[in-house]
Amino acid sequence: MRLASIATVFAALWLAGCGSAPDTVRAAVRAEKTRKPAPDFQLKDGDGKIVKLSDYKGKVVLLNFWATWCGPCKIEIPWFVEFEQNYRDKGFAVLGVAMDEEGWAAVKPFVASHKVNYRMVIGDDMTAQKFGGVESLPTSFMIDREGRIAAVHVGLVSKKDYANDIAQLLGNAPDGKASILPVPAGIGGTE
Amino acid sequence: MAGQNDVLKIAPTPTLSGKRGEAVQIKTALQLQGGYHLNSNKPDDPYLIPLKLTWDAAAVETISVSFPEPKREKYAFNEKPLSVFTGDFAITSTVKPKTAGFTVLTGKLRYQACNHNACLPPKTIDVKVPADFR
Repeated sequence: MRLASIATVFAALWLAGCGSAPDTVRAAVRAEKTRKPAPDFQLKDGDGKIVKLSDYKGKVVLLNFWATWCGPCKIEIPWFVEFEQNYRDKGFAVLGVAMDEEGWAAVKPFVASHKVNYRMVIGDDMTAQKFGGVESLPTSFMIDREGRIAAVHVGLVSKKDYANDIAQLLGNAPDGKASILPVPAGIGGTE
Repeated sequence: MAGQNDVLKIAPTPTLSGKRGEAVQIKTALQLQGGYHLNSNKPDDPYLIPLKLTWDAAAVETISVSFPEPKREKYAFNEKPLSVFTGDFAITSTVKPKTAGFTVLTGKLRYQACNHNACLPPKTIDVKVPADFR
């Protein structure tokens, strides 16, 4: 049953990818045995509340380091809004880490104008160092339900790559039930 | 984001000579690594960080800082072409020394570089110019 469901997810994604472009869906997700625990951190959200990465254990997390001055990062934001909307109820969350030196003064207006629907925190060098330095933006980490880093994307990648990661990671539900994901609109292209 | 990637180099500047209180020009030659661009001094998007050069106000009075004409280049991550600098280019500053004698003028160059799919953190580096003012 579980295998059949996972196969359904992949078939849907593969078909969506074939419909518009010759791009292949990249299998970026690491094998479970090779995944390392994601470092925990405590950062504040826009309301001043402490956000810990460990609070998300049990969920698949797309941890996105970005900044308002980063052009390629802005392409991804609407994708993440869509992922959050579509998969929130399936045990998925996007967590944005803004690396703007000006902090919320720069980030809050951007988040409001782009109707960002996922949680956002302001990052710092210490947190970036925990994740290998994060030398360039965007850099995103796909974190599995056990809090392990399953994939890393440095620079702008396609929406399809992210969708594939999410499908794979949500498919491996800890309760043994695979999720069947609806394919978001426009998933076949990089947009 | 320590920003260890140094994609921008400043060419050494020969010793500047002039008189205290009289305008002198400083040419700051920059070499940007291929594949990268810097936002110009006047980027269209207010979120983008402009290229900026300032000089130590204790040592000189800055009359002007002139940038070359920026290029307008299209990148996949932006709908409209961006106002950028690429490759080798120079910034020309006109300053008036406030003191006489041998000194090293210090400027601060702030920039932010990207390539076609990623951006490096903004950086501020020192621009050092040996000078002998009479």
